Amino acid sequence: MDIAKKLTEALGGYINKGRVKSPWVIHYDCGSCNGCDIEVLACLTPVFDLERFGILNIGDPKHADVLLVTGTVNHRNKAVLRNIYDQMPDPKAVIAVGTCACSGGVFQDCYNVVGGVDQIIPVDVYIPGCAAKPEAIIDGVVLALEVVKGKLGLQPLPKTTVFE
Amino acid sequence: MLKFLFALVALALSVPAGGLLAGLDRKLTARLQSRMGPPLLQPFYDVLKLCGKSPCVSNPWLVFCSFVCVTASALALFLFYMQGDLLLLFFVMTISAVFKVAGALSIPSPYSNVGAQRELLQMLAYEPLITLVFVGIASVTGSFMVADVYAVETPLLLQLPFLYLALGYALTIKLGKSPFDISACHHGHQEIVRGVLTEYSGPQLALLELSHWLDTILILGLCALFWHTSFVGMVILLVITYLAEILVDNITARMTWQWMLKNAFGPTLALAVFNILWFYVR
Ligand code: SF4
Repeated sequence: MDIAKKLTEALGGYINKGRVKSPWVIHYDCGSCNGCDIEVLACLTPVFDLERFGILNIGDPKHADVLLVTGTVNHRNKAVLRNIYDQMPDPKAVIAVGTCACSGGVFQDCYNVVGGVDQIIPVDVYIPGCAAKPEAIIDGVVLALEVVKGKLGLQPLPKTTVFE
Repeated sequence: MLKFLFALVALALSVPAGGLLAGLDRKLTARLQSRMGPPLLQPFYDVLKLCGKSPCVSNPWLVFCSFVCVTASALALFLFYMQGDLLLLFFVMTISAVFKVAGALSIPSPYSNVGAQRELLQMLAYEPLITLVFVGIASVTGSFMVADVYAVETPLLLQLPFLYLALGYALTIKLGKSPFDISACHHGHQEIVRGVLTEYSGPQLALLELSHWLDTILILGLCALFWHTSFVGMVILLVITYLAEILVDNITARMTWQWMLKNAFGPTLALAVFNILWFYVR
């Protein structure tokens, strides 16, 4: 009995380690001007090399752990955003990249704009900036991992969810 | 009995070996692209993480298919370690690939369906090649048993050099490396995103990943048969083959399935048949 418990505990520890070390990312462009999208893609280039942290841009919600959203949410794509979020298996994290995704940015009061991503789905980390720098995006993903660790009960939740 | 135990131990060791090989592959790929690359143990982290994901299964068939896929891969490798029949091994290996496709086809998702069709085309391209390789080995050794290869005095590579090239070609298709990452791609985006893997998620995807590791080891094992006489030769052959594989993966872009079929059935098949005829005439 004791051994079984210890084994499950050890396995749980390894799985948690895997969760922290291999966040696969899916990138969804809500209604971005493409500025932030280019920066997200820049993270994958040799200069920034996201794969160092085990991060892969996977493009399939069923495989992804982290949802990177750029751009404002509008009435047309809010259902799509919700759908992608729902298709991701737990545990998952959402990162709003760029001022638009954080709050609606310069498009805030437009007639077709709902606002930031958090109007539709819960957001774990906000990365402001127009456009958000690749360094900020990488640090934001790492901060999201801290949030995930906090949610798993491995450590206290980080004090801030806004990366500045 | 001893052989059985040995095969079991070797099979158990093949799992970490396959994972390490996959990690090395990713690291080397990154270095070739002048990136740092993920840690060597990254594939293990990936699989562990996938095991911990909540289930998200669209169709129970998927779970069944992923289990059959990994079991068949393991069985094929086990048969290889038991030094069994090459033809039987070939059929078991095919079962693994077929069930992967069957799982993807069990869901009416266009992406997974397109991926599954392309996986079938890939099988169509590499299966005749691998069959011919086995026929070639049998024509040298006189039987389809792996054990009989060891009775031959000279390395098979000297008698079947062109067949080895054909095997390398089949290896690239079987492992889905560029330019043949047609049905699914391991890195980044492709036009059909994750192709045949689209609908497998969490633990099921982890099982498919395991089966991929085992397949890699099996195919490298088949390559090793070509220089069975000396251990050093075997290692040199495998290292050169795998490095060439990674290099090709990095310097080529994805081609269409039509191109793949044309090349597999044209020059490569001709090369393989020529080698077997040459062996008989000589
Ligand atoms: S934050 Fe700026 S760069 Fe990013 S999507 Fe909005 S307007 Fe474009």
